Amino acid sequence: MMAYIVRRVLYAIPILIGVNLLTFVLFFVVNSPDDMARMHLGVKRVSDQAIAEWKAERGYDKPLVWNAEAEGLAKLTDTIFFDKSVRLFAFDFGQSDSGRNIGHDIAQRMWPSLAIAVPIMLVGLAVNISFSLLLAFFRGTYLDFWGVVLCVAMMSISGLFYIIGGQVLLGKLLNLFPISGYAPGPDAWRFLVLPVIIGAISGIGSGTRWYRTLFLEEVGKDFVRTARAKGLSERAVLFGHVLRNALIPILTGVVVVIPTLFMGSLLLESFFGIPGLGSYTIDAISRQDFAIVRAMVFLGAVLYILGLLLTDISYTLVDPRVRLQ
Amino acid sequence: MGFQPVVLATDALIYLLLALAVGFALYARRHEHLRAPWRQVAGSRTAMGALVVLGVYVLIGLLDTVHFRPLQGQDAQGRPRYATEVLSLLDLIAAPLREHREKTYSAPFATHLYMRETIELPDGRKVRDYPRLKWGGAHLADPADRAADITRRVAAGLMLGLVIWGGALLLLARGRLARLRRLFRAPELAALRSAAWTGLVMALLLGLVLNLAGVWHLLGTDKVGEDVFYQSLKSVRTGLVIGTLTTLVMLPAAVLLGIMAGYFRSWVDDVIQYLYTTLSSVPGVLLIAAAVLMMQIYMNNHQAEFNSLTERADLRLLFLCLILGVTSWTSLCRLLRGETLKLRQLEYVQAAQAFGVRHFTILARHVLPNVMHIVLIVVVLDFSGLVLAEAVLSYINIGVDPNTNSWGNMINSARLELAREPVVWWSLAAAFVFMFVLVLAANLFADVVRDAFDPRLRERT
Amino acid sequence: MSDLLLEVRGLRTWLGPEDQPVRAVDGVDLTLRRGETYVLVGESGCGKSMIAYSLMRLLPPSGRIVAGEVLLEGRALLDLTEAEMRRERGGSIGMIFQEPMTSLNPVMSVGRQVAEAVRLHDPEHAANPRPRVIELFRQVGIADPEHRVDEYPHQLSGGMKQRVMIAIALAGRPKVLIADEPTTALDVTIQAQVLELLRDLQRETGMAILLITHDLGVVAEMADRVGVMYAGQLVETAGVHEFFAHPRHPYSRKLFRALPGADKRVQGLDAIPGRVPPLDRAFTRCRFLDRCEARQAVCEGALPPWRGEAEDGYRCHLAVEQIALGTPTARDEGTAPPRAAEPLLRARGLQVHFPIREGVLRRVVGQVRAVDGLDIDLWPGRTLALVGESGCGKTTTGKALLQLLRPTAGSVRFDGIELTSLGGKALRRLRHQFQIIFQDPASSMNPRMLVEDIVAEGMVAQGIGASRAERRERAIELLDQVGLSAEALRRYPHEFSGGQRQRIAIARALAVDPRLIVCDEPTSALDVSVQAQVLNLLKELQRELGLAYLFITHNIAVVAYLADEVAVMYLGRIVEQGPVKAILENPAHPYTRALLAAVPVPDPEHRRRVIRLEGDLPSPAAPPPGCHFHERCPRVMPRCREAYPPRCSLDAGHEVACWLYEDEE
Repeated sequence: MMAYIVRRVLYAIPILIGVNLLTFVLFFVVNSPDDMARMHLGVKRVSDQAIAEWKAERGYDKPLVWNAEAEGLAKLTDTIFFDKSVRLFAFDFGQSDSGRNIGHDIAQRMWPSLAIAVPIMLVGLAVNISFSLLLAFFRGTYLDFWGVVLCVAMMSISGLFYIIGGQVLLGKLLNLFPISGYAPGPDAWRFLVLPVIIGAISGIGSGTRWYRTLFLEEVGKDFVRTARAKGLSERAVLFGHVLRNALIPILTGVVVVIPTLFMGSLLLESFFGIPGLGSYTIDAISRQDFAIVRAMVFLGAVLYILGLLLTDISYTLVDPRVRLQ
Repeated sequence: MGFQPVVLATDALIYLLLALAVGFALYARRHEHLRAPWRQVAGSRTAMGALVVLGVYVLIGLLDTVHFRPLQGQDAQGRPRYATEVLSLLDLIAAPLREHREKTYSAPFATHLYMRETIELPDGRKVRDYPRLKWGGAHLADPADRAADITRRVAAGLMLGLVIWGGALLLLARGRLARLRRLFRAPELAALRSAAWTGLVMALLLGLVLNLAGVWHLLGTDKVGEDVFYQSLKSVRTGLVIGTLTTLVMLPAAVLLGIMAGYFRSWVDDVIQYLYTTLSSVPGVLLIAAAVLMMQIYMNNHQAEFNSLTERADLRLLFLCLILGVTSWTSLCRLLRGETLKLRQLEYVQAAQAFGVRHFTILARHVLPNVMHIVLIVVVLDFSGLVLAEAVLSYINIGVDPNTNSWGNMINSARLELAREPVVWWSLAAAFVFMFVLVLAANLFADVVRDAFDPRLRERT
Repeated sequence: MSDLLLEVRGLRTWLGPEDQPVRAVDGVDLTLRRGETYVLVGESGCGKSMIAYSLMRLLPPSGRIVAGEVLLEGRALLDLTEAEMRRERGGSIGMIFQEPMTSLNPVMSVGRQVAEAVRLHDPEHAANPRPRVIELFRQVGIADPEHRVDEYPHQLSGGMKQRVMIAIALAGRPKVLIADEPTTALDVTIQAQVLELLRDLQRETGMAILLITHDLGVVAEMADRVGVMYAGQLVETAGVHEFFAHPRHPYSRKLFRALPGADKRVQGLDAIPGRVPPLDRAFTRCRFLDRCEARQAVCEGALPPWRGEAEDGYRCHLAVEQIALGTPTARDEGTAPPRAAEPLLRARGLQVHFPIREGVLRRVVGQVRAVDGLDIDLWPGRTLALVGESGCGKTTTGKALLQLLRPTAGSVRFDGIELTSLGGKALRRLRHQFQIIFQDPASSMNPRMLVEDIVAEGMVAQGIGASRAERRERAIELLDQVGLSAEALRRYPHEFSGGQRQRIAIARALAVDPRLIVCDEPTSALDVSVQAQVLNLLKELQRELGLAYLFITHNIAVVAYLADEVAVMYLGRIVEQGPVKAILENPAHPYTRALLAAVPVPDPEHRRRVIRLEGDLPSPAAPPPGCHFHERCPRVMPRCREAYPPRCSLDAGHEVACWLYEDEE
């Protein structure tokens, strides 16, 4: 087990290097820093000096990967690649275009993100499992049929409309919750209720339908027949045998996304004005602040790989058949 | 009237896609293992109903794909001169919609603008009031006749719809009433019947549109006074392009790499797995954002290379498809790798190896045909997700060009007006309805296709 | 108290759509008395399992009982409410299934799964079921039950799992135990253990057993009374001794003639032509008519009547003396041609090891020794049978000989050419000389290809036949050779039955004119009557074409019928090898003896004594030191634990690797 984890962590290194190279190529090779500067300063007739200043301010004035003018090791280290990409491995995210420390921003903003993402995950899980169990119990009936149709219909609605609809209905018309804003501390819950409700509802369609198929998959298995042959009631079969087995893919499916919860929800946070990492990312994209986007790409990849690792480990915990090798 | 045909990049790919679809249909007709599942699809009421709806969307999209430049007189040497503006057949058909521009917002079926303006009365006095619309309801002398006019036109439209529907049915039954009678009686034709009823709804809608859209703004107008119904129609093509071309462009790589990884194992597998793990570990939105931002910079700095705004917007759309493809091929690749791992253990693959058949022949003859159904299912299933993704991406400003009509852009521009009192809701509602119907139909259809081709996949996709 | 325990009257169970139901069970009457074993025997798809599910009321969702009565001690089971029926299920009726591998919940300890049944049906132990569970485990012969109860299914072998299933069924102290092919998925040695256990339990508890099987050997061994099923109906019922002495129905009689065995080597097997008719329509004539050799004019008419008593009779238009079955003509002399000067294929020291990797750097820490030093000679015109239980490495051997899997070490010389050092093109060019036929006719052909392309695939790859037309000509010829018509060319594999598909597979292999064919369990997925067709065909082809066969199988009866030499494999090595007669009549190695003794013989007068093997096949990753077999060997000696025994020769060509015989050399 330990050996497996160590090996997986080691395997993550080439992947992160790959991610890094990819972002480096995207941000610095496809378009030169000159292009970026021109874009930022406005396209028309930018003086070379303005460009040089813009680049110097952000450290983009160095050579890309090889600094022929530097001495010794600095030939490699005094470059954009080393400064902007290699440093990410030490979680040194550097400064944003507006001069703020990105690492500091991230550490501060991940808490509001978690404050909505975690409740959404938990509430969604509870709601989806209950609904899908209900449908699985009544499989083959009209309840099941229309339940699935409803799920498909709910899946067919864009997440944007859930948010807009929820804001208008619950926030504006019924005036139950504040539509946007955020206050840290004990008062925060008032701002979180609405996004959490909306987040959970928007996931019901796909979640319930997906879990239902997992349940039905298990219902068809041989051991369920054995359980019935023992004389167990349908309810006992469903809760005692089917649920336990179907929970394995459900739980591991949840575990894989837990790390990425830190990244927050782009849409919810920006609509509700919650100062989390999701809105941070969106703001960075719209301000074209590449330093932040780069940092978030790297962070996202790290969390994704962490999620995969946690999934594998969680398998060994919930499934007696799995041993990591 | 003269014109110069224009084939945009996405147009060419759509034609290619169309050719592929026709080719596939011809191929499937001769192969029982493909025909049987399609027959099952054709026997499903849900699928046939959804198919009619999808057909209407595809028709709109195709009409909007045939592009041309209209003739604009002659130049000095007597050579024809063509307009810079690129139009499509849809633009031609919906010319009144395109040309009926108001000043700014107006509500559906409104006769007056949504905002007060200073109006100069004939007697020279100035008042601040809601001015009459230039086009919407302009045929009425007295706006108070609005309700009566609409009622009359709705009734006429419904009648027209019925006539269209009946005519179409008769045409399809080649004029034989006995066939029609059978259609509505025979229990085995339930699926066709459901298609016919869906067709009735579509025909009624068409009748209404034909009767009303010319003189009213069915879904109101937007900030710059453009007809929202027209925008919604134009957005159909964008949605379809994103939903189909994205999978088309990623397909060759995903299929080839997926089956190669599964078949050859060893280092080939390692490299391909590394490739897709790396790509999928970058959060999709961020990869798209980064790529789109970079493309924007490139396009801004190389404006001279584009002939027209339309062409530029079109290339951007294509590029978005490419980027979405890059982020979405990994899951298909992984799926195909797993399936190929299973297939290579099968005895017919080993029998081929025992005959000394070459590896790439085995891939082409034994592996590829046996994973094609998965490809088909994924293509169909991905479609609705991509249509929804377009809206979100456009909302974050990393989607299609702001000049391109798309539901995402409609939502994006409309949501800023939500704070306004009273609310400007019609752009949102229009985008919602158009998207919802398309995605719902696609989802229902995809479900049936998946169940027909491979029920086991339900577990994995 | 009446002797009668269970009574089924006029049971009809239909499956599938309302408008075209599959009549899986179409009017079955049977009775079961206390303490007796009633065996339902029949080939796949004849509806025997559906009877079991109908009794338990555990039909699949599309199944329904449309008529009939089931009386258990006078109570009508079909009239009970679902809640009442649950008390009977697992209570008075227990059931075990064919697939012990998938029939237990993988994420629940086996003890808890048994405890569930105890809680439901044993009020006395409901509060604290553990002691009772341990007692049940002991009763079904699971060693160390105190620890085993906390294990999960995947930690147990197949035989163990079936024992757990039996423990679950026993928890309610059932009066009837329904066993649906309980040993089909198990190896013969394990099958012998499980059957013995069932007999012992019956003696202890006095329960009645309704056993469902397709294996006439199992019938002879277990049954008190027999019912033969065909196409949804019982066609014959009888006491077991009468049944084996004088089967009456033409189908029963043909079944016996289709059974392979040493006594049939000369006359050949008597296959039943055709296939079981589809059950999705109502029958108006005898179901067996189309395949019946004894049919007469009267048979063409109505449905056949039942002759004799309900418990001792058969369903036929004809009286016993009217049923005339021809005797199959002698096909060959029963002797293979003498060995040629040189073997066609000679393997020496063949090894196939799969590395086990562990740790951070995936270092190789061990080897799965699937094949571990094998010497094999294959001769033109002769058949070597490779026999052993699942997991012993026989299939790996077959593939390694043909270089479909590259051997780790050793030499394979084919006609003087060393195959292991050949690669790429050179090997591909040789491949037409050695072919393979697989076990599963369902997956051995690409479902997307026409039979024509399937048969021609090898010809194209090997450049045989100049044009498509020429290849088609040859394909027609080949199909004719295996007994299929030319119209098969334009059809897809799924349109054929299992036996027909296996013929197509044979035609495909023959298409490249091979000199050697590896037959990897080619008949184990087939029913007896169809197996006979395929075995006959293989034998004829060998005589005509002088083919060398390596016949991989676990079925000793097939070996006796077909093989000239036998090699017995255990854990990657050959423990005994020799002429078929010597091995079968005079087995020397204790493992061979146990294996042969475990095979049920289709003769109730000679119920054999099983040599009990302890435990299961050890893992080939960690074979026991010394003789691999010593842990299970009934005649183990101290030196067996120390070193692997050398091979020694007993008499002409009969070799054995066992310390018992070392001295005789």
